[in-house]
Amino acid sequence: MIMSNTAENKNEKKIRLKVYRENRGQDSGSHYDTFEVPYKKWTTVLDALLYVKSYMDPSVAIRYSCRMASCGSCGMKINGIPKLACYTKISELETSTIECEPLPNFPIIRDLVTDFSRFFDHHKSMHPYIEAKESSVDDTRKGTFSFYQSPEDVDKYLQFSYCIKCGLCYSACPTVGTDVNFPGPQALAQQYRYFADTRDESAKRLDIVDDRHGIWRCHFAGSCSKVCPKGVDPALGIQLLKSYMLGISKNDKVPAKKIEVESIDNRYNSSAKTE
Amino acid sequence: MTEIERSSRNNLEGIGGWLNPSRYGWERISYWFQRLTGVFLLIYFIGHVYETSTIVNGQNAWESFLELTQTGWGHLFLIMVIGASTFHSANGIRLIFTHVGIGLGTPGRPDYPYSPASLNYRQKSGIWIALILAAAAMFYGFNVLFGV
Repeated sequence: MIMSNTAENKNEKKIRLKVYRENRGQDSGSHYDTFEVPYKKWTTVLDALLYVKSYMDPSVAIRYSCRMASCGSCGMKINGIPKLACYTKISELETSTIECEPLPNFPIIRDLVTDFSRFFDHHKSMHPYIEAKESSVDDTRKGTFSFYQSPEDVDKYLQFSYCIKCGLCYSACPTVGTDVNFPGPQALAQQYRYFADTRDESAKRLDIVDDRHGIWRCHFAGSCSKVCPKGVDPALGIQLLKSYMLGISKNDKVPAKKIEVESIDNRYNSSAKTE
Repeated sequence: MTEIERSSRNNLEGIGGWLNPSRYGWERISYWFQRLTGVFLLIYFIGHVYETSTIVNGQNAWESFLELTQTGWGHLFLIMVIGASTFHSANGIRLIFTHVGIGLGTPGRPDYPYSPASLNYRQKSGIWIALILAAAAMFYGFNVLFGV
């Protein structure tokens, strides 16, 4: 079934949008609906889908938020490759039909919306936070000390901290496709991100991923890095973590020095007095 | 790690996801070839062990089995074995280096348009060298077996 909005200008360029439809709640099977959508050279796939929702079929389910590749909500398979819909221009795809499908390796909730529970469970299992022995979260909230890191220290992990958890890497990974217990590129790259951070002192990080379904199941297909919309390069982080686990790279991380600073309360009080 | 229950609605790509490697570039193609040649070589080695074990049944049994590889199809099969083992070994050496962090580049501050350090020219060159070596070995094997 092809649906089009006939009220549009006939000279406008149109793209055929083939959208995957399935509703897990109704369990009525899956099919594709096709829509003809007008577009301009800056129109993104997300814009086109929102046009469909506004003027053709409001029942199409999509998840989105920021529209600027920052929130990682609108990941979907576009013409067979996991991409962010807000980050993919129709004109760049150079096809007359665009096929939008839910991200593979994520359970489908409805249409293009997938369930990220498993993905986030894997992320949480990596302890994605700084674990320092002599400082708790409360201490940092008080603001009585700060960690010193050189720009070189920051460069070791900064790239991996740009992850927006969009799930594209998880979706592209061939190992995830055959083993749901494999943490996936996102989680493993985050493990490297905290392992390489000089503020982190956890001794358990390598043990967490040293598992039958863990890091050793990565065979460096590189697809995760290929699809990452933020340049995180998860494959790099995973291989570097492996080299530490194999003892080839020596963990010569020097813990970041803690520098005592005036507490936020004191700073506020002293500035109030001077005024 | 968290053990996650397998569900029939996981929407997993499965082995089917391996069948279209061209979507993700040369690294994914090399991954697919490595798997394919690995499975092929495993089948070959099982057959090879069976073939050599026929010698316990006497020289006639051994020679009659060996004749299977002396046909045109047998030669083609052996050429495939030569190509698969050469690619699997050469690409395997590249992968051993990557698993210990060699040839991948270093983490840095990514700038748009992002170009992943791990998918660099050294990796692509390694894949191409493995493919060229496999093709050369198959060509040599073809010349020897078919006497061209």
